Amino acid sequence: MSTSPRTLFEKVWHQHLVAEPVGEPTILYIDLQLVHEVTSPQAFEGLRLAGRKLRHPERHIATVDHNVPTTSVQDRLVIADQIADAQIKALRKNCADFGVEFFDTEDSQQGIVHMIGPELGATKPGMTIVCGDSHTSTHGAFGALAFGIGTSEVEHVMATQTLPQSKPKTFRINVEGELPFGVTAKDIILDIIGRIGTDGATGFVVEYAGSAIRALSMEGRMTICNMSIEAGARAGMIAPDEKTFAYLKGRRFSPTGAAWDEAVAHWSSLPTDEGAIFDRELNIDATKLAPSVTWGTSPGMVTTIDGIVPMLTDAKSDADRKGFERAYEYMDLKPGSKVEDITVDAVFLGSCTNGRIEDLRAAAKIVSGHHVATTVRAMVVPGSQHVKKQAEAEGLDAIFKTAGFEWREPGCSMCLGMNPDILAPGERCASTSNRNFEGRQGRGGRTHLLSPEMAAAAAITGHLTDVRNWKK
Amino acid sequence: MTPINELTSTAVPLPLPNIDTDQIIPKQFLKRIERTGYEDFLFYDWRYTFDAKGNTTTNPDFVLNKPEYKGSQILIAEKNFGCGSSREHAAWAINQYGFLAVIAPTFADIFFSNAGKNGIILVRLSEADVETLLQRSTANPQHKITINLEAQTVTDDQGFRAHFDIDPFRKHCLLNGLDDIGLTLLHEDKLDAYEERHNKEFWSAPKYAA
Repeated sequence: MSTSPRTLFEKVWHQHLVAEPVGEPTILYIDLQLVHEVTSPQAFEGLRLAGRKLRHPERHIATVDHNVPTTSVQDRLVIADQIADAQIKALRKNCADFGVEFFDTEDSQQGIVHMIGPELGATKPGMTIVCGDSHTSTHGAFGALAFGIGTSEVEHVMATQTLPQSKPKTFRINVEGELPFGVTAKDIILDIIGRIGTDGATGFVVEYAGSAIRALSMEGRMTICNMSIEAGARAGMIAPDEKTFAYLKGRRFSPTGAAWDEAVAHWSSLPTDEGAIFDRELNIDATKLAPSVTWGTSPGMVTTIDGIVPMLTDAKSDADRKGFERAYEYMDLKPGSKVEDITVDAVFLGSCTNGRIEDLRAAAKIVSGHHVATTVRAMVVPGSQHVKKQAEAEGLDAIFKTAGFEWREPGCSMCLGMNPDILAPGERCASTSNRNFEGRQGRGGRTHLLSPEMAAAAAITGHLTDVRNWKK
Repeated sequence: MTPINELTSTAVPLPLPNIDTDQIIPKQFLKRIERTGYEDFLFYDWRYTFDAKGNTTTNPDFVLNKPEYKGSQILIAEKNFGCGSSREHAAWAINQYGFLAVIAPTFADIFFSNAGKNGIILVRLSEADVETLLQRSTANPQHKITINLEAQTVTDDQGFRAHFDIDPFRKHCLLNGLDDIGLTLLHEDKLDAYEERHNKEFWSAPKYAA
């Protein structure tokens, strides 16, 4: 084994090499596959047709998240949308047939697949984790190599517990300094995407480093890694540290006793060695960041809350100019107009980006003592049953409900609008989710991505609002 | 997977960057459990216009609906095509509609591998070359482009000629119509040996049991 300094990614990659056949991609071992209803049925069907089994059912965990209604427990038990219902029933049957542990709709561990992996302690440092969902990058916050895959690859992992992979390049983004008041993990990642573009990290695994990243909670780190894919990176990673270990200790699938100590020793060996070389590096001064908000139809179309909708001359290329022109029209915004003047009809607090307990606490702080603007419908969708229960134990549900928010059951909900939670054509939403594509939250709907604090403030005032000036 | 080498066809120009998988196939069609039947949903929100009740009418302005582009097997777009979600439904929809190749300056990673698994040739050309092809196909819907995978070239009858790069293994799989599970299982002895060591490392187990 080489003794030259190695990156976190290189260590995890190296420990999962099964074979390196000449002239073919490397065969990489996969420690855990997370499964949900949308991208798995065709994979299970493929196995059936080929007469194959899961090589390691115990290395799989399944739940339902994309399709489940969030309106009420009753609506979840009897799902009105028959096609969605059939898909959920298919997962239930597939998990039973193939021996996969399944956290069903009303299980106390149900939730968005990227929430429950960490909550269960299934996500751990140094593992390789995949899922048929691009936001699998979330799990990289624990120092795992985690990335989204397509359904053919889901089937491949089910059959072989491996994936053929070409080795990605490495990209370290150093965020140094203390974040100013009102600036969050969401603002860091939106700023990065705005800086490097939605294809800025294509072909790379990003490691987020620096004092501003180390200072973040596990929740904040998950928010950052979650949106790596919005910068084109399949995976984002953060070195495991004491915060990581403290988060994992005592969770359902975490090691105990002597095994815990051994695990911590292994995890402590993973961070990037001093002097390791990355293919690309970028330095960001955290002290200069401001709350970020997207104005257009791609997550790279980012500005700051005190800024303006960019001018056409700000586009960096001919292709970007075409993108800008289309976005102005779709979003019904004029270049040069003030971001704070943009009014919203809806507010969505939730998703695998910002549906965690810390996000709900931060939003509740803003909301407390205020009421949602009469022109706005606002909803909070906890990312998991676990988060929902915790929030209710802390009385956050009461704060939101008193302020006029809807308090929902867990799921992906309006992040992608596969379930009934969608925008009407032309409606404008301040959303804590991860994508502002045309029609993402409902055909004709317009999305502005921002932090939970900023979403909460927009719900109260009815327009995009600089949370740094928030008066209690 | 059907083997593919040479393809000559007219091409559909989509002169936009960052065409994401939500545009290629909107989420409401991801609820199906079948692997086929996605052709009618390709670019759904662009292909149709919707009235207040949600009734659809074919959008005559969208390029896919123009009769002169019917039967095209090549799609041309600008950079970062296929960004966004991991849904393989995007590759299924493109393929099942009848496209066998997409030409763009760059593709998003997950879409790139999904397309490969479905026998779609993804051709990366320079922005200038893509611009030339977009203009020719826009000006003349009958303009034919030839993609030769073996030679890794894109040509037309107006003297356009460009070489494209492709990973040799991906090329081999496309040319021979190979899929992956069988290929991986050729290395099962190495997999068994690896698991013999690796599965003793409890840090690698998702579910620890004392």
